[in-house]
Amino acid sequence: MMTLKVNGHDHQIDAPPDTPLLYVLRDELNLNAAKYGCGLGQCGACTVIVDGKAVFSCVTPLLLLEGKQVTTLEGLGTIDAPAPIQRAFMEEQAAQCGYCIAGMMMRAQALLQKNPKPTDEQIRAELEPHLCRCGTHMRILRAVHRASHLMDTASSSSTTIGSAR
Amino acid sequence: MTKPNLIAGIVAGLLIGGAGAAVALVWRPAISPIEPPALQSFGAELVKRGRDLASIGNCSDCHTLRDGKAFAGGVPVPTPFGTIYSSNITPDPDTGIGRWSEAAFRRAMRSGVDRAGQHLYPTFPYDHFTNVTDEDDRALYAFLMTRQPARAAPRANELSFPLNQRFVVAGWKLLFLQRGTYQADSAQSAEWNRGAYLVEGLAHCGACHTPRNVLGAERTSAPFSGGDVDNWQAYAINSRSPSPVPWDTEALFRYLRQGWHPDHGVARGPMAEVVGNLSSVQESDVHAIATYMTGVFGPPTPDRLRQASVVREQIKSPPAQPALANTSGASIYAAACATCHESDRKLPYGGVNLGLSTAISAPDPRNATNIILSGVRPVEGERSPIMAGFASSMTDEQISALLNYLRARFSNQPAWSGVEKTVQDARRMQTVFLQTSPGPHNAPADSMQRDKP
Repeated sequence: MMTLKVNGHDHQIDAPPDTPLLYVLRDELNLNAAKYGCGLGQCGACTVIVDGKAVFSCVTPLLLLEGKQVTTLEGLGTIDAPAPIQRAFMEEQAAQCGYCIAGMMMRAQALLQKNPKPTDEQIRAELEPHLCRCGTHMRILRAVHRASHLMDTASSSSTTIGSAR
Repeated sequence: MTKPNLIAGIVAGLLIGGAGAAVALVWRPAISPIEPPALQSFGAELVKRGRDLASIGNCSDCHTLRDGKAFAGGVPVPTPFGTIYSSNITPDPDTGIGRWSEAAFRRAMRSGVDRAGQHLYPTFPYDHFTNVTDEDDRALYAFLMTRQPARAAPRANELSFPLNQRFVVAGWKLLFLQRGTYQADSAQSAEWNRGAYLVEGLAHCGACHTPRNVLGAERTSAPFSGGDVDNWQAYAINSRSPSPVPWDTEALFRYLRQGWHPDHGVARGPMAEVVGNLSSVQESDVHAIATYMTGVFGPPTPDRLRQASVVREQIKSPPAQPALANTSGASIYAAACATCHESDRKLPYGGVNLGLSTAISAPDPRNATNIILSGVRPVEGERSPIMAGFASSMTDEQISALLNYLRARFSNQPAWSGVEKTVQDARRMQTVFLQTSPGPHNAPADSMQRDKP
């Protein structure tokens, strides 16, 4: 039995220590934003934020998460009050099939927390581990820039929505 | 002449003679600058040959900064003596070699002296390039002089006195620079001789794979016994090779050509640049290198062959209860590594079985650590292996636990010592490496440029 901190809540998890985080999120906690893509850390669909850094949850066993904060897309915003990154992706219509998008958003979120005004080049380099089969890359790029702008506006009006640890 | 006068005369004579000898040793004349030659003055065939030779020489690795202009220099090369920055070898007339004549270029290659007559530091491996023929130097010159000129002033080296005085290099050369062109060995095949010429000369394999002495020169008594480069270990590539399965010509050829081999895994770190560059040159040259290196490795001993068959056996039927089975290292391996490394998918789609990995059987855990931290990035436009990095999800302690497990389970070697310190150092170095390596992350040089002259 271990305590797993997800989106600010503690969960008691009874699973072998080598269970991938992705399985626990989806099967135990019903947090289905992170997707199973390849299961090998090669496509990016399962990306979540752990202590501020984007990680592939499919190759992250539970035992690596002792005492750490996990943030999933569900932890950033809700349908009624989407986080800036979610609003930006909607406004740019950056999803086609959408399977890769939750992962893309999580890594973009981690990037923006570290670097609020990334250049095109920096976004491309950062999102390189993510595959998108539909080809919405240009919209994704625009969405990340838009999110950067939205966060800027939000922070100047002293709102703190969507800041993941 | 009185006696005191005689002594004074002798002393004066010795001083003048000594000074004369010192000047002769140190002083090199400038070679007159030229008007940058017109592009059309170089034949296309010559340029193409120069391009292949520059790839074999791996010039881009030291002379191209990540995200920088090709061959514009400025790459920091850390040495035990300080940091030396590579120079701009594009034909820019002011900051590059645009005003260098072919004779000046050849002198730099042969004896490590720039056009103005200054001694160059031996991070530029002219101790190997002395072997390069006039003909090949001409092709290299033609290739470099037809590149895009880039205006980039060389950065000042970070060396302390007296090493920041270039005359010191003249003394180094006196001790360690052996001049002379390659002498063919008539007892060997033409292919072997071609390989020897390239390996010992332009390809300068020994610059990384041969250990260096306290003055930074290759220890000629221990050729190819393994060295260090950029916090990576360049493995021994002679009879002391730590690879679990011995190398043969075919394996070497395929590895050098495509960057991976099913029995040995993937070229990473600085070697990724090398194989990236070798992927586009004439096949016959890569095969010649493989042929010569097979001789350097020497025939495997019966003991090594026996160990190799043990390894293959263990891969087919893994032990039911391997060493350290109930440790956190084993759990990390099961969830983060085994899905690829014991997947039965063939390279490059699956990971190499770690029983075959030289990194796990190597004398120290540096290379394995680097790869766990940063992974293996895909190479654009190629079928290439790929691995996620774990720097963001594993602590130093967790990586150490994993390394100890891998060593116990997948090698027949004794446990590593100082694993946690190695991991700390590697994490610190990784940041530096990613800032300066020429390719994206760990990948070979821009593959899109490979087919172009």
